Parts: sequence; C-alpha cells; structure tokens
Amino acid sequence: MSASSAFNDEKGGSSSVGEPEYGHDPASGGIFSSDYKRHDDLKEMLDSNKDSLKLEAMKRIVAMIARGKNASDLFPAVVKNVACKNIEVKKLVYVYLVRYAEEQQDLALLSISTFQRGLKDPNQLIRASALRVLSSIRVTIIVPIMMLAIKEAASDMSPYVRKTAAHAIPKLYSLDPEQKDQLIEVIEKLLADKTTLVAGSVVMAFEEVCPERIDLIHKNYRKLCNLLIDVEEWGQVVIINMLTRYARTQFLNPNINESLLEEGADKTFYGSDEDEDEDEEEKEKKAEATAMAKRKPYVMDPDHRLLLRNTKPLLQSRNAAVVMAVAQLYFHLAPKAEVGVIAKALVRLLRSHSEVQYVVLQNVATMTIKRRGMFEPYLKSFYIRSTDPTQIKVLKLEVLTNLANETNISTILREFQTYIKSMDKDFVAATIQAIGRCATNIGEVRDTCLNGLVQLLSNRDELVVAESVVVIKKLLQMQPEKHSDIIKHMAKLIDNIQVPMARASILWLIGEYCEHVPKIAPDVLRKMAKSFTNEEDIVKLQIINLAAKLYLTNSKQTKLLTQYVLNLAKYDQNYDIRDRARFIRQLIVPTEKSGALSKYAKKLFLALKPAPVLESPFKDRDHFQLGSLSHLLNAKAGGYQELPDWPEAAPDPSVRNVEVKESVPEWTKCSSREKRKEKKVEKPFYSDSEGESGPTESADSESDSASRSESASPSEESRSASESEESEEGSESEEEEEEEQEKDKKKKKKELSKPVQESESEQSSEEEERKHERKSKPRVQTKSDSESESDEEEEESESESSQSESEESESETEVRKKKKAAESKPPLKPVKKENKKESKKEMSLLDLDDFNPAPSPQVTPVNTFLSNSLVTDLEGLSLSDSVLAPATIAPSSALKNYELLHRITGEGLSVEYCFSRQPFSPDANMVAVQMQFTNSATSEAKNLHMEDVKLQSGMRVKEFPEIELLPAGETATAVMGIDFCDSTQAANFQLCTHTRKFFVSIQPPVGELMRPIFLTENEFKKEQGQLMGMNEITEKLTLDVKCRNEHAIVQRVTTAANLSRVPCGSDKECSPPVPPPKHPVHRFAGRTVTSGSLVLVTVATKEEGGAQLTVNCEKMVIGTMLVKDILLALTQ
Amino acid sequence: MIHSLFLINHSGDIFLEKHWKSVISRSVCDYFFEAKEKAVEPENVPPVLQTPHHYLISIYRGKLFFLSVIQTEVPPLFVIEFLHRVADTIQDYFGECSEGVIKDNVVTVYELLEEMLDNGFPLATESNVLKEMIRPPTILRSVVNTLTGGSNVGDTLPTGQLSNVPWRRAGVKYTNNEAYFDVIEEIDAILDKSGTTVFAEIQGVIEACVRLTGMPDLTLSFMNPRLLDDVSFHPCVRFKRWEAERVLSFIPPDGNFTLMNYHVSSQNLVAIPVYVKQSISFFETGPCGRLDITIGPKQTMGKTVENMMVTIHMPKAVLSANLTATQGNYTYDIATKVLVWDIGKLNPQKLPNLRGSLSIQAGTPKPEENPSLNIDLKIQQVAISGLKVSRLDMYGEKYKPFKGVKYLTKAGKFQVRT
Repeated sequence: MSASSAFNDEKGGSSSVGEPEYGHDPASGGIFSSDYKRHDDLKEMLDSNKDSLKLEAMKRIVAMIARGKNASDLFPAVVKNVACKNIEVKKLVYVYLVRYAEEQQDLALLSISTFQRGLKDPNQLIRASALRVLSSIRVTIIVPIMMLAIKEAASDMSPYVRKTAAHAIPKLYSLDPEQKDQLIEVIEKLLADKTTLVAGSVVMAFEEVCPERIDLIHKNYRKLCNLLIDVEEWGQVVIINMLTRYARTQFLNPNINESLLEEGADKTFYGSDEDEDEDEEEKEKKAEATAMAKRKPYVMDPDHRLLLRNTKPLLQSRNAAVVMAVAQLYFHLAPKAEVGVIAKALVRLLRSHSEVQYVVLQNVATMTIKRRGMFEPYLKSFYIRSTDPTQIKVLKLEVLTNLANETNISTILREFQTYIKSMDKDFVAATIQAIGRCATNIGEVRDTCLNGLVQLLSNRDELVVAESVVVIKKLLQMQPEKHSDIIKHMAKLIDNIQVPMARASILWLIGEYCEHVPKIAPDVLRKMAKSFTNEEDIVKLQIINLAAKLYLTNSKQTKLLTQYVLNLAKYDQNYDIRDRARFIRQLIVPTEKSGALSKYAKKLFLALKPAPVLESPFKDRDHFQLGSLSHLLNAKAGGYQELPDWPEAAPDPSVRNVEVKESVPEWTKCSSREKRKEKKVEKPFYSDSEGESGPTESADSESDSASRSESASPSEESRSASESEESEEGSESEEEEEEEQEKDKKKKKKELSKPVQESESEQSSEEEERKHERKSKPRVQTKSDSESESDEEEEESESESSQSESEESESETEVRKKKKAAESKPPLKPVKKENKKESKKEMSLLDLDDFNPAPSPQVTPVNTFLSNSLVTDLEGLSLSDSVLAPATIAPSSALKNYELLHRITGEGLSVEYCFSRQPFSPDANMVAVQMQFTNSATSEAKNLHMEDVKLQSGMRVKEFPEIELLPAGETATAVMGIDFCDSTQAANFQLCTHTRKFFVSIQPPVGELMRPIFLTENEFKKEQGQLMGMNEITEKLTLDVKCRNEHAIVQRVTTAANLSRVPCGSDKECSPPVPPPKHPVHRFAGRTVTSGSLVLVTVATKEEGGAQLTVNCEKMVIGTMLVKDILLALTQ
Repeated sequence: MIHSLFLINHSGDIFLEKHWKSVISRSVCDYFFEAKEKAVEPENVPPVLQTPHHYLISIYRGKLFFLSVIQTEVPPLFVIEFLHRVADTIQDYFGECSEGVIKDNVVTVYELLEEMLDNGFPLATESNVLKEMIRPPTILRSVVNTLTGGSNVGDTLPTGQLSNVPWRRAGVKYTNNEAYFDVIEEIDAILDKSGTTVFAEIQGVIEACVRLTGMPDLTLSFMNPRLLDDVSFHPCVRFKRWEAERVLSFIPPDGNFTLMNYHVSSQNLVAIPVYVKQSISFFETGPCGRLDITIGPKQTMGKTVENMMVTIHMPKAVLSANLTATQGNYTYDIATKVLVWDIGKLNPQKLPNLRGSLSIQAGTPKPEENPSLNIDLKIQQVAISGLKVSRLDMYGEKYKPFKGVKYLTKAGKFQVRT
C-alpha cells in the first residue's frame, strides 16, 4: 500500500475501510468505522493483566504517534500503566507521556509520584530515566518538583545522572524562564564537575540558559580545555563554540600587529591606530625607539595557547561538526601563521556527504576572502566534476574565484573554459560571472577574459549569451575607449537577444558610450522605438535612458525619436516608466518653465560612472561566527550569540587560576621556599622549548615524560575524594606527553624567526644545566598554583632554584606513588589513568608560567616588525666582530635616489625618492618611501599632496601628509608608505600641487621589498633546509675585481637588497678569534615586508673570484628577481 | 537544538515524525516541499532552509529525506552530521536504511530516536551503547520474545555509557578471535581530453572487522606511514601515539567500524591504472553522432583491473545509441539519457572497445558539449598508493587472534572529460 493513502486516512480519521495497514496496526484507519468506538480494543488490551498484551497495545500506540496520528484519547488508559513492572512497557508509556502530557496536564499529574519514586531508585539508569521523563513533561505546575529533582540529581553520585540533570536544565528553563537564577546556580555547580560525561551537557545548558554569564567559565576554563579531547563529539562542538566566544572576550588579538596588513578596506576599523601613528611619524626621527616601545609587544596568554593546542588534534575527528568547530576556532582566534593547519582538514571534509560539502564550502568561501593563501595549495581540490550537484558547483566556483590571483589565473581560466561547455546552464551562467569577477580583479587577464566572453556571444544558448552580455557590460565600463568594436558587435546582437536583462545592458552600453558608436546608436534607438510597447519594463527604462542620452549628444538626428519614445512612455502602464519619462522630458527638453536644472542635464546623464566592483557575496560574512547557522544564512538566527570583538586590553588572566587543595601541608609553610618554587615554575617554559629544539631532544623527552607521570600521584591524592567514576577514564600519559612535545616542536618551528626563541637559544648553555632539574617541575607546578597566584609576576628576577629540594620531593612522590599503586586493585590501569589526569592538569598549570615575561633582558621584541631596531641595537652594542657592524644596516649614503618627477616636467618642482629602509611605523607591512621635494621654480608651490592612487589589487598606500607650502628654492621631505604586496608592480598616483597634477609612479626594486631580520647561523641553515627545491635558486658568478673582499661583498649585497648579515658562527661563539676561512661564505637574511616570507641569500666565495649565489625564498618570483639584482651588483 | 524530525520519502510523504520538544505541525514541511519542487533533482535541495519561524536542515540518504526542524542558532554541520548518524544507526540495526525497513520497525526506530536525543541534544549515538539499550531485532530473539514475553529493551545502564571506552561493551566473548582490516583506496581523478591528468588524488579508508574477546589493545603499524598526509580517526585511536610514532594504537569497538580515513600526500604522483581513448562527435549535418571508446591498462601494478564500467550522461538531444562492444554489454536508458557500458575484467591482450553511432532528435541543434565519462573499476590485492600494513600486535589479552589484511583499489570520482 502506498504511503500516501495511509496519510490520507490519517487526516480523514476513519475512511477507507478494509485497506490493509502496514505495521500491523489495526487501531488506525480501516477497522473502526466510527470515532466513538475508536481504540476500544487498545484500551482493553491496556487494561488486561498480561504484559504481552499491554506491550502489543503500547507498540501500536507508539507506531501511531510515530506516524503523526492523534492518540491523545488513550491518555487515561495509558497513564495507568506508568508503574508497570515490565521495563519495555514502561519505556513506551514514558514515550507516550512525554508526547501528550502537555495536552492532558491534569491526568499527567497522576504519573508524577511514580517518577518521584524513581528518582530515589538505587539503579542509576532508573534514576536518570525518571528525571529525563519528569523533566520532559511540559506541565507548569510541576516546576517546583522539577527544580528540586534537578538540584538533587546535580549532586548525584552517578555522573550519568548528573548528565541527565544537565540535560534537564534547558527543559525547565524553556518551561519557566523565571527559574533562571536558581538554574544558574545548578549550572555553576555542574560546570565544576570533572567528568567528561557531564562537561558537554552542562555547557550546552549554559549556552541555552545563560550564555552571557561568561564569568562562570573562568574557573573551569582550563579544565574544559584539558577534558575536551575526551568529551563525546557532540559535547566537543558545543564546548569549542562556547570557548571561541570566551576567548574573544578574554584574550588579546594575536594578529594585533599584523592587523594593519589586512586589506585596505578595513582601514576605518584600524583608524584609531593610525591617528596615533601619525603623531609618531612626526617625531619619528628623534624618538623612534620610544615609539617602538609604546607599541607593546604581543605576548600570547598561555591560556589562549592552551586552547589552541588542545583543540588542534580534534581536526582529526571523524565528525565533520567537530572539525568545523575547530576550524572556526582557529580562524577566529589563532595567530595568522597558524591558521593554515585547518585548510587540510576542511578540504578533507569535501569528500563527505554533499550536505557536509555544502556547509563546508560556504565557510571556505568566507575564509578564502580573508586568508586566500591558506587554501591556495588545495586549489585543485575545488575543481568541479560534472556529477556534482549544482549548488556545490556554484560554491566551488565561488571558492575558485576567490583563490584566483596573478599566478594561478591561467590555470583557473583554463578550468573555467571546460565549465562553460557544461550542460548545466545555471552553472554556466555562474561561470561567466566568475570569469567577469576574475577579469575585474586581475588586470592582466582582463583582455583575455573579454575576448573569451565576446566569443560566447555567438553561443547558441540564449542564457549564456545574455549572461555574457551582462558581464561584458561591467567589464567594458572599466575601459570603454578601447573596445568600441565590441560595443558595435553588441549593438548588432540586440536584434536577436530576447533576455530582458541582456537587452537592457546592451542599451545602457550604447547610451553610455554613444560617442564611440555615433552611427549605430541612433539606429538602435529607432529600432527600439518601434518595439517599445512590447518590451519588458527594465528594457523600457533603458530605452528612455538611451533616448535621453542621444538627445543630449546628437539632438539633430534623434530629437523626433526621443519625443516619440517619451510620448509612448507617458502612457505606459507602469508608473515608474511614466514618472521617468516625465522627469526626463523636463530635464532635457528646454522649455521656459524648466529651471536651472536642464542646464546641467548633460552632466547628469553623461557623468563618468565608476566601474562596478564585482564583489564576492561572501565578503564580510565573517562577522558571523563561522560554522554557525547565522553565517550560512547570512542573517542573524534566533539565539545567535555575537562573536565579540577583541578587547583593547586583556582582562585579568588570574581569574582563571584554580585553587587546588594542597594535600602536602609542609610546602605551604615557608614563604622563602615558596618563592623558590615559583621560580622553578618558570623554568619549564625555557627548558621545554629548549629541549625540543636542541640536539638532546630525543633522550630528553623520554625521561621527561616518565618523570611527569611519576609526579602524578601527589595531587591525585588531593583529589582522591572525587568520585570513583572519574578515575575510570583516561589513557596513557606518555602519549599525552609526547603529543605535547610534538606540538610544541611544530609551533616552535613556525615561530622560529621570532626573537624570543632566538634569545632562548642563546641561553642554551644555562638551560642545559637546568635540564635535569626539570624532573621536579610538574609537581612543583601543581604546588605553585595552589599558592597565591598574585605574586607570580614579581618572582621573575630570582633565578636560582633549589636542586636539593626538588630531589627530595621527588623521592617523596616516588614513595607515595608506590603506596598508591599497592592500594589500587587492578595494578596497571588505575595508575595510568591517574597519570593522564595529572598530566592534563599540569599542562594548564605549566601554561600559566608562559605568561611571565622572560627574565632575560634582551628579549623585548617579539614580532619581526621590531627586528630592525633590534639590529640597530646590536650594532650599538658593538658586538665584537668588525664585520657585522657595518654590514647589518646599509649606510644611508648607499641609499639610491630615484627620480619621481623631473624638474622640467614638473614645471620647476622636482621630486626624488629613495627607500629609506626604516620601518614604516604606521603600518609595519609597508615599505617606507622617503620623498624629497625641491621647488626650483620662481613661485611657491602649495598643497602638495597625492590623489587618485591606482594600485594593483592588494596593494595599499599610506599617503604622505600634505605639504602646505613649499617656497621657491626650498626643499622638503616627506615619508609615505606603500604596501607593494610583495610584487614589483608600480604604485601609480597623481602628485598634485594647487595648480597642477602630475602622473607619477613608484616601482620598487625587488631588494626593497624586504626587511632585514636577525638570524643565527644555525637558524639560517635550518630555515634554508626547509626552503629547498623550487624555492632555491643558485647561480654561479665571477666576482667583480673590486669586489673580492668580504667588506665589499657584504656592502654590495646589502645595497642591492635590504637584508641583514647573518653572523658567522666563528664570529660570535668562540672567544679566541679563529682565522677566517679561506673561502668565506656570506649569509644574509630578511623577510618580505608584506607576507613575511623568509628571504635567505648565501654568497659562497671560491677560488679566483668565483662565487656561488644561492637565494632561498618561498616566493619564487621574488627569488628570481633578487638573484638577478644581486648578480648584477656583484659582477659590476 | 533539534526540535523535530520528519522522515519523508521520495514522493514527498511524511511517514515518520518525532518531536523532542513540543509538537510542531507537519505543515512546516510545506516550505521544504516548495524548495524540493524548485530544485528538480533531490540532490539540489538546499540542505538549510529558512522559514518564518523555523529553520529546516535536511539530508538526502537512500532516497529518503531526513528533515529536522530547528528553532534557534545551532551549527548546521552539527545537525547534518547527526542526521547522517541516525541514518547510519538505522542501517546498522536493520541492514539498510530505506522506507520499507523503517516502516516495518517503526517502534524500534522511534525508540532509537528517543534514546539518541534528549531535548534535542545528542545523548547516545554510539551504536554499541544503543545496542545494549535497545537490542537490534533478530529472528531468534523475536521468536523468544513472543514465547516468553521478553523485551528488546535492556534494563541496565550500558557499560559503555560510563566507561572510558564508550565504543566498546564489556564482557565480549568469541570462540574464534579474529581481526580483519580492509585497506580500501579510491582514486579521484579528472583527466582531460588528451588523457593528461588535471587532478588526481588518493583517498583511503581502513575498514575493520574485529571480533575479539575481552578488552584487547591493538597496535597497527605501517611500512610507509609517511605516505599518509591527512588522516581522521575513529575516536578509539590514540592520537598522540600516532603523532609521535605513526602507529595506530586503539582498543577496538566490537564488530565492524571504520578505523581511519586518510589522504595520500599530493606530492606522490598518483598512478592512474587505465587509459581511455575516446572520441565522441556530433555532426552538424544529419541527426547522428559517433562514439568510439577504447580502454587499456596503464599502471596496474601487475594486477588485473576488474569491474570496469563506464557511465556517460548523454546530452538531452541524444535519442538512442547503436553501438557494438567488443567486450561486455552496454545499455542506454532513454529516460535518464545515461549510457552504461559494463566491461568487467580488463583484458590487456584484447582491449575493449565500444563504437557506433548515436542518433539525435531531429530538428534539435547538435549538442555543443561532449559528455564526460565516469569510470568505475576495482583492483584487488593492491593499494595503489603503495601503503602497506607491516604488523598488528595485540596487548592486554592472552589468546592468539587470527589476523588478516586485505587491499583494494577502486575508482572514486574518476572522470574523463571529452
């Protein structure tokens, strides 16, 4: 029997007699022909004594409910069985109750006492299910009972019951929001629960009841982070989403220094920043150092790091929702350099079900706008298959378009060409639009695209042609003068194309550029006038428009036609058209009444229109939290919690410190010890990272993990009061440890260039010594935490640590551990578990210490941005070697001046510019260009400023402040900043005086696109090792005769490119000067200004002036150009 | 979170509904039907729809729509993933996920849904936990139940619910202890007209069937784990061990499960096992076209290619095909315009060829685009990426299990553009 008929008789109640019913359900449909006798047999069965009959009846009733039929009249008969002994009957009765209690409130009350009894049952399953059903009954009168039950269950012994209590909270809240305050208390209590089972559910309750009470999370933050990996997958999603919001309120923006790099469009957002910087600019020369100091170096809160670190493994989850949650967390919270890790995982999700693909692609589309580079390596994964559903195709197309740039556009266009041939016309239309967008964004391919689109105009499919017309129109607007033949071609098309939008577009084009097609335009108008009455409204409007424009430019030929069209429009059915006609007539046809406006008609109609900007519909969608429903719909969904902006200053991080009850009293006694311990706590930060990067790493990690697990026992004891269930979870601690290390290592690599690490490595010898002490670390951390958090920061200075004590305490733990092990019955497992717990715990505590600023004095700069000043500092310190000092910074005399405006073309005003190689303080990602204005004319020049900056996409300019007055014969300087986006594209702009405008352009030599960074030789080699293959370019050369000594080489290279010399190993570390090797190798390092890609240059000298030049750079184009430049510098 | 669930069949009938909070009228589905009407193909129905008061999130599985109703903000993937989990569970319980099966077991399905969500939030989705609470129907059990009045509902809390390994129940016992692992790799590729690879990658999955007594702790290691670029694991796999040692260490769930999914790093060139020579052309004059396809083995690692099949979605204008195949059979479905050529085993000596003419509806212009070829194939006993399992060790239990590893290479989304 077909399902449809089954539903028909549900609605009809009792029609279609005799039809067999599926699911052996005689109660529905056929058998009973009238309503009053309905379900009588079911009632009988429910009243019988036999469980099997009752079960049968209940099954039928539930089947009815499942199919959406009304079974409410059976309520009295069913509710009687709520106390039935048979568990299956009971369960089905519960199902029924939950469904109908709301409708039969009075009768439902009869069942309450059963549940109340159930709540006291010794079996946890029964307690839990009683609470579940009780809380699911939506009857307001039992709110107090529910409240009581929830409170009781929240402190139940069984974590499963506590979980159920957490589930019950939102139910009660939706039933009676008045209970909020009491419920928050329960939530607070459950949030403190340490079992993974409860964590997900209680956070869900938190999100539903009091998402604004972010303060409740503080104390549980670290615990949640650490439990996260063991929480069930659904809970993970909720927790991660909540923590994303939490982190946004509590931590600082990790990209705060890079944020200036973001697209120019965001400028207003950072406006305040820039204002401040303008002041700095003035003082720049004298007080650069202080200005730098003002910009506080960003140090990531260790809790922030903890969150990032603990969520990362979840990218490997099989659950797409978890992966997405982590991805959005990284997108919103991670430093730019680390966001990349999510790309791979997201691309993996594209293999999943099409619904998953749909959601993931939407999010990827948003991400690609902000972080294009992240997905560039996976470009091909977004290629479209003919079997993809259309909605997936369109989204992939969107992503491909967003990913397009100068380098990959040819591949993408080739791919698009195959798409255009697709049978799926909607998809073809979308492809054409995508081509249009690529063409507007990437200037190089505009003509190619345009030609391709013009070819499509002869396509047989009208939709394709129409779409092409619309896109071509937009493209032509950018440079109409070049393409009058295309406009002519399109004018011819108007005879054939029927799609209104396309017709309208053609008419607009002809009208707008009628001076390019003076012969054809009037003819088109003639044809259109003829067919005016049959056109669509949108076309009619454009006909009027065309007529008006022609009338203004060529009134002789078109006057009558225009009159005719306007007359037709006057009597049109559509009032818009009538209005337009009336308005236009008044404007263009001069009458005595028409006022001043008609004089300006030409200006009104023939004003230069800016070309449209073809933007992605996904632009700015990221103000919604990614992965959310609101993001997908691009509209705020009910209950959506805004993702807060980063705070200006971080709130007090100590709120997250948890007081752990200390079970070892002697430690808390003496304060001097306490201090020492605090100190020791700090060590791990260094020893950890050092151990990982250093050569001793492998041997070390083992002992380390071992010691950590040993250390587990003391605080285990402290928590031994906690529930027995708790100890059941867990896995091996070693794993945990190793993973930690692994991750740290990776992180380290990424951050390698950061000065913090550098200084650390300098300290290595010190660290080496401390290494064995490390064993004592974990225990001590637990300790230190319990001891007041407040003075942690002050302790930095104290440096010695008590070796003896750590040993002593170690033995202590050892003993305790043994005891513990002996106590526990299954000898192996529990110990392991404890270990895990402990190690997690300790992780959070360990992180606390990261927070303390490093004790070593030279570690102030954290971001590469400051490296310049660091180099200067080093120079000032006159680091013993003689070579480094002159080489690190190119002497300003070496700066090459370029001419921007010649005296003659500039009518007396000449402008020269040079790349000052100073960091451009308003925006670290810009190259500072120093301009020197000389007025050699006889009159003064006023209001020197920039205008009409034309840039390649991605480039930005910070204009120099206007020079109000430049008297004759005087000279002035100004500094502007240009973000060249790591390309040697010129920045074009107009230099304006009060009288004239000059078109000028600044094109940077590739060597100016980078800034020096400080690397040690080892670091250099390591980085070089990672930039092999395609990223390495080697050239052999013969050095110029004058350039065979070290000094000359260094000088020439640093003049050619803004790099800094990497000190040779021998220069620094060995105190007795080693005679320089016969054929020295010179190394230079820098980073590109915009993207911060490493640029490593090696010049290895050989016999008789021979040399080998090696450039390693991620950006291959820069690498090749740099090789050429340096080659030139060294050979001439 | 998830408010209600409606199961809708292909023809648009709602045959099951479940509400976790108050009841929502099924009229809310009308918005969905409207969208479904508009989308023509069921795959094209947007998974997320907005209605004035609700949001509808749906998935399409086994010719059924699982439509959930949402009232407030929730991550859409959360719901989608959950709905797929529901479908997986039904499949797991009854062998397939289809309208007929669900209707036959409507009470069990309803009970399952009741257990899986509480107040719209997932409660128990691990099939091992569910199976202890609601036992899957077997013939034997239904006979026993009718005789004794017993039930399918468990009366104790499933051990998995509380343990640290929720995916495994306690007290598993087998007389034959065995563990099988199938390494299955799929080649996703797009080849262009000339046969050059536009895009190719290998996606692999390790499906496991583990029937071991007690609480075994397994370690699976590979000869060449470096091949693996991106992985996702069943929750049982200890991620940290993987990070550190590149071995899979886990306490397996009982029965069948997917141990891991992986992606082979893109640096390795993908071996394309077959080459395709094709020419499909439509003539301007006369209502016909010509088709000629030859397939030969390329890089098969010495194994035979089996289950070769070529599927072509023809342009709408193609009325019929008159072809001859040197090997295998072909069918052309006039309604869906799909040409399927089932080749079977690929014989390297005598290459299979399909050629002949296509007739086009008179009066229609010749199709501009050529249809692309979708290829299916299987190669037994080889993982095309070269991945090899080196050993499987068991800890924690005394007995000697029987172990086996099988390799299989398949074509995934393998497309040849013409």
